Amino acid sequence: MNFQFIKKMYYGDIPDEPGNGAAYQTKPDTAAWPLWEVFIRSKRGLDHKHAGSLKAADATMAIENARDVYTRRQEGVSIWVVESKYIHASNPDEAESFFDPAEDKVYRHPSFYELPDEVKHM
Amino acid sequence: MQHINFILSLADSNLILSQRNAEWCGHGPVLEQDIAITNITLDLLGQARNFYQYAARLINETGNMPGHIATEDSLAYRRTEREFKNILLCELPKGDWAQTVLRQYFYSAFCKGLYFQLLQSQDQSLAAIAEKSLKEVNYHVRWSGEWVIRLGDGTAESKQRIKQALQFLWPYTGEMFMPADFENNNGIDLASIKKQWLLDVQTILEEATLQMPAEHIFMQSGGKSGTHTEHMGYILAEMQYLQRMYPDANW
Repeated sequence: MNFQFIKKMYYGDIPDEPGNGAAYQTKPDTAAWPLWEVFIRSKRGLDHKHAGSLKAADATMAIENARDVYTRRQEGVSIWVVESKYIHASNPDEAESFFDPAEDKVYRHPSFYELPDEVKHM
Repeated sequence: MQHINFILSLADSNLILSQRNAEWCGHGPVLEQDIAITNITLDLLGQARNFYQYAARLINETGNMPGHIATEDSLAYRRTEREFKNILLCELPKGDWAQTVLRQYFYSAFCKGLYFQLLQSQDQSLAAIAEKSLKEVNYHVRWSGEWVIRLGDGTAESKQRIKQALQFLWPYTGEMFMPADFENNNGIDLASIKKQWLLDVQTILEEATLQMPAEHIFMQSGGKSGTHTEHMGYILAEMQYLQRMYPDANW
């Protein structure tokens, strides 16, 4: 004879066995929708900055999704999207040889010049 | 009074559709679209508030109800089903995603034509509300139109679903263009809005590879005059619950 003991669950507990909720699947298969990276330009004159990523079926939908997800609070005046797979990244394992050599080359900063007073907005 | 009723009908349609669409909040098919439909819902609510606030001002100016001050809240939460003048299309169940986006397209494409005419209204306040709303509505038309195309020209299942939605919703589209008594002689040319609306719908449906339904079939009506479907009572019961249970409850 099988005994089924009642297991008391607390808020936040995750049941081991599938409960009633298992039959209620809200998550559709979005595997077919590719990932997009979103770039937002916040104000005229400033450059586009990476805002985040989202899923969309095509570029039009990606821009609209970006509009709805990332510019709800007037964060932007222009949106770029690009499929994440087209972004090529530097290899984190090579970070040392990539970036560290610049460390001791302070002379590359334009901080050794005296600016004439007439030059403004630098 | 006719003018006030006309404004109330605009407010009611926006409020009821916003209440309906709000059911998607947290239940959208994907996160991005959940946010999209919720944004649209908030736009509709904002438009409803503008119309209600203006209607309340006009009602109070008439002084017909001494000792009673109309507010946007009293208009939204204290009127009965028979007093609501929203079109039936807005109160229909949200259905599946196809039904929701197609209804949104039908309604938004109509609002686009209506608000465009309201820009020329003698009533400056109404023209101002229309101008502000039109920007939002243009986006709603674009967003929902693209979804109709995507579903119609998509998979076998999506096509089947949007076809069902089209069949279900179509008989409710005629009411938008049937003038109610408060829409006679108010400068709005519903016939010309209808003409443009049919053209717009045809373009979208063609692109969605869907058949345009027959224009002259029996069309449901009654919403504008307060005769609603069986769905309306449930919406109001939920929406008005708090103010009915605890009148004048406040934050």
